[in-house]
Amino acid sequence: MTLCRSALLALPIVALCATFLDFSNAGTPARADDSSPEALGLQIAEEARARAEGFGNFTARQSMILRNKQGQESRRQLRFKVLEVQDDGDKSIFVFDEPRDVKGTALLIHAHRQGDDEQWLYLPALKRVKRISSANRSGSFMGSEFAYEDLSTQEVEKYTHRYLRDEPCGDLACTVSERVPVGKGSGYSRQLVWHDRDELRVWKVEYYDRKDAHLKTLTLSGYERYLDRYWQAGEMAMVNHLTGKSTDLSWSDFEFGTDLDDRDFTRTGLKRVR
Amino acid sequence: MGLRAALRRALLAAAGLAALAAEPAAADWIEYHEFSGRMSVDGRWYPQSAAYPDQRSHAGGFSIAPKLYLEDEGGRSVTLEGFYRLDGGDSHRTHADLREAYLLLFGEIGADEWELRLGVDRVFWGVAESRHLVDIINQTDLVEHPNEEAKLGQPMAHVTLSGDWGAAEVFALPYHRLRTYPGRRGRLRTMLIVDSDQATYESGAEEWHLDFAARYSHSIGPLDFGVSVFDGTSREPTLLLGLDRDVTPILIPHYEQIRQFGLDAQMTAGAWLLKLEAIRRTGARNAALPLSMEEDYTAFVAGGEYTFYSVFDSGIDLGLLGEWNRDGRRERATNVFQNDLFLGARLAFNDVESTDLIVGMLHDADFGTRSFNAEFNRRLSDEWSLHLEAVVFSNVDRMDLAYSTRHDSFVELNLTYNF
Repeated sequence: MTLCRSALLALPIVALCATFLDFSNAGTPARADDSSPEALGLQIAEEARARAEGFGNFTARQSMILRNKQGQESRRQLRFKVLEVQDDGDKSIFVFDEPRDVKGTALLIHAHRQGDDEQWLYLPALKRVKRISSANRSGSFMGSEFAYEDLSTQEVEKYTHRYLRDEPCGDLACTVSERVPVGKGSGYSRQLVWHDRDELRVWKVEYYDRKDAHLKTLTLSGYERYLDRYWQAGEMAMVNHLTGKSTDLSWSDFEFGTDLDDRDFTRTGLKRVR
Repeated sequence: MGLRAALRRALLAAAGLAALAAEPAAADWIEYHEFSGRMSVDGRWYPQSAAYPDQRSHAGGFSIAPKLYLEDEGGRSVTLEGFYRLDGGDSHRTHADLREAYLLLFGEIGADEWELRLGVDRVFWGVAESRHLVDIINQTDLVEHPNEEAKLGQPMAHVTLSGDWGAAEVFALPYHRLRTYPGRRGRLRTMLIVDSDQATYESGAEEWHLDFAARYSHSIGPLDFGVSVFDGTSREPTLLLGLDRDVTPILIPHYEQIRQFGLDAQMTAGAWLLKLEAIRRTGARNAALPLSMEEDYTAFVAGGEYTFYSVFDSGIDLGLLGEWNRDGRRERATNVFQNDLFLGARLAFNDVESTDLIVGMLHDADFGTRSFNAEFNRRLSDEWSLHLEAVVFSNVDRMDLAYSTRHDSFVELNLTYNF
């Protein structure tokens, strides 16, 4: 275990290291510090983050299909840009293309591992940049079944983690962990997350509301590898079990290593977004 | 999409870009282009009988705002946005404007960044909702709506330098736009109509006076703030009594040279937004004084907004707003915001149709005048959206500047096609 921890710092050998992670003794009370369910849960989350680190930046397109209980559909088209920030949350921009009445509207987020995120909304009709509250984490993103907190980067520090069990997911061997949001503002009491053991990709998330009812399930698929290292899901399907509504989110046109930098993620840069 | 394609061709051709309409890639520097905009059918009804002869009981027609965006490989871009409104109620409301026509360049200087916008553009400053006090770069397109949010395009050279120390902006504004005013048949006007054809300027250079403005803004943790200065031709004219060719009394707008210092700040903490805008303006004349003498003044708007997210777990957000407007000139103020309290509520349904409902009340603590506003917005489809609005003026005091609009409460319906 110690070998693995130090190896996490050297990213290229992370993949080798992960296979040595020993989840099997999770249930045994011995060595409570390192092998308690909490320590293992945190280790899985940190390892998953370590593997996602170092991408620098990327841009992608998102296409959403919103369905109500009767099967009526509504579409959303947006572009997403993200910049990795050393030792803090990422900076990201969502630009809305459809529906057309909100075309050109853009949302800039400076996420933080500690404390509140910062968010600015650009309204093209008035050419106004508006600082908005980030307390609305549980609110619906554009009327979809995704909440803002589901789409923002899942900072390890914003949850407490607990390993629950191993379980097959499809052809893969998965671990199931529970994460409980730290601090106020989340719409959830807890989430269950399925990671595959080999690559630590997330395949499923179950969301439980504040009354601990099973509210939503997110299923991820169509994983592709970029820059030989970074796994990105192509399809994310969110089903709301209480309302019968669902949202299918498809990612496409991933571009890594673009010329984006800090300067594109400022209020001035936000006004320039097309 | 047939309508969209037809529109695109018609408008591009009309804009003298026939080559682009036929073959967008004709100009080989264009790496990316985009055509978008909105077209709206509007109706406005004034249920009360008019205060002055000739005033119509309705306004309405249609408006269109097409936009063309062109970008080259290096990210340099040209934006063109036009506006046209045809109004059957008031000929002064029928008008066209070039809202935007600018070249945008940007690049790096060390760790910082520069940006240049050259041409006609719109610029917004401020944080408050009931009034945009510090906002001064663009002239108000007043015939559009009494809320003064519609702005005319302003020719400018606009340079921004930004870095982790904030953003510094400098504006050179070589041409002044006249404020639009309703005509004789229009509602929401002064008793005597404003004749902009006779507009006068303090500066001998008239509308060609070169105005300057600058602003520094920054965001530090929960605080976003900006300090600004404007030196040049006032956007708000002093209305002086005059005569037109038929020897009918009218008001003649006179545009002075003014200097305005502005401050705007917002604290964002949890579900709270705390806001302040303040100005100090010197050089403006005041028609309420003998001989319309100059009067320097200070004004501010301060307040806040608190949002209850997902009230009763409904997914609906309820925002409550309160703002206090104050003008140091009090009863001599040249606007209706001399001592006015604004209270409002916003319901955002967060549904697929982005339904929202906004209600507000502006209470004049000096004159007792109250105006109410209710707005409803809903998306009907991917292209169509609906806007419904009611504005009610009540208990308007004879001494209040709003007295001439006391019978001009209205209901408005807009149906917009976004392309």
